[in-house]
Amino acid sequence: MSNHDISVTVNGTAASGSVESRRSLADFLRRDLGLVSVHFGCEQGACGACTVLVDGRSVRSCILFAVQADGAEIQTVESLAPGAQLHPLQEAFRRHQGLQCGFCTPGMLLRSLELINDNPNLSATEAREGISSNMCRCTGYQYIVDAVLDAAAEMRGEED
Amino acid sequence: MKSPPFDYHRAGSAAEAAALLGELGFDARILAGGQSLVPLMNLRLAAPGHLVDITAAPDLAGVSANGSRLGVGAAARQRTVELHADTLAIAPILADAISNAGQVPVRHQGTVVGSLAHADPSAEMPAAFKAQGGSVTVRGAGGTREIPSEDFFEGYFTTPLEEGELVTAVTVDAWPAGTGHGFLEFGVTAESWPIALAAVLIHTSGGVIDRASVVLGGVAEVPLRRPEAEAVLVGAAPGAEVFAEAAEAAATGIEPLSDSFGSGAYRKKLARVLTRRALTTAAARAGGDA
Repeated sequence: MSNHDISVTVNGTAASGSVESRRSLADFLRRDLGLVSVHFGCEQGACGACTVLVDGRSVRSCILFAVQADGAEIQTVESLAPGAQLHPLQEAFRRHQGLQCGFCTPGMLLRSLELINDNPNLSATEAREGISSNMCRCTGYQYIVDAVLDAAAEMRGEED
Repeated sequence: MKSPPFDYHRAGSAAEAAALLGELGFDARILAGGQSLVPLMNLRLAAPGHLVDITAAPDLAGVSANGSRLGVGAAARQRTVELHADTLAIAPILADAISNAGQVPVRHQGTVVGSLAHADPSAEMPAAFKAQGGSVTVRGAGGTREIPSEDFFEGYFTTPLEEGELVTAVTVDAWPAGTGHGFLEFGVTAESWPIALAAVLIHTSGGVIDRASVVLGGVAEVPLRRPEAEAVLVGAAPGAEVFAEAAEAAATGIEPLSDSFGSGAYRKKLARVLTRRALTTAAARAGGDA
């Protein structure tokens, strides 16, 4: 097996490491860099718990080798609320009970952020289809859709 | 689980990738998006000794219209191809197929050529590619060759690629104005792997179908062309009756296997229903009166 030195930017900060070729990006982020928001669910690309943004795009970090992400800009949920103030999406998830056990939540938040960034005026149907990439076994999704729509409105600058 | 160990190699060009494959031998595999291969590795169903990453090769990245043909490089991501104006203009059935495949985050990473080379007979892109027609460009130590879409799928996960060869691009041929397409699949949920799918194109001229392509997925060891259905369509005026007859022909004589998602008989029924509905959609898009 080969080892590779990689350099990435994670949540705005440069990070580097030496990784075995088979090390997943999820393992690199969680175990090497301590970003424990990156969850391992299925480890075969199905569930979305390990979703992170790579160069602004949502990907499954469990089926991406860390060495493939060399040079990339990576965003995890830790970047959403750097201080005590939660991100509007996180506030909306809390307000609407868009989480119960929380296992899917980091992936849901990042996928939702991407959806809102792509289309700030997304509809309920678009939100529902958009988050269908990520599995939640607690909420039945309805409260997550509510939270995404509410957060989108707040991020557009609308008060409710 | 985690992937078994392997050696990682990054190719800076198609030529370098071919050279690496030649040098590393049978135990080397191409790594593009990895959205089929890496899950198989994590499940320990595949354990290649070497992976040659081609996603950093600039000469494999492009999506382009070459005259009336759509060219897609081996490193072009599915999501990019799905939304590309040239795809929508030349091969909208491919855009439909991609939009039905996997999830958006998977399509951000996965490649069209990778899906074709993986040659899963239930998958969307192989069926759409075979339905519309075109060729793949293959590169090896001995140079390049073209393989027509009709000959590219040989069996379950099997293509005519020889050891040391990689697919560098796929070219999809345009159909003339007056063409409509239909792509439909059915799975346990909208997000599930399809149990069966239908990919069809028809071209009408003067109110008559003069060209038709009907391909089924999930019912055989390859994306399956249905010449019997095409024969029903060509020369006929588009309409509910002829589409029902063509759909019956498409589903007659196939022998799909049963698995935990559906019996062979159920797949035959799906093949008929999906073909009929896809033809109805295709006719509407072709400007027909169905």
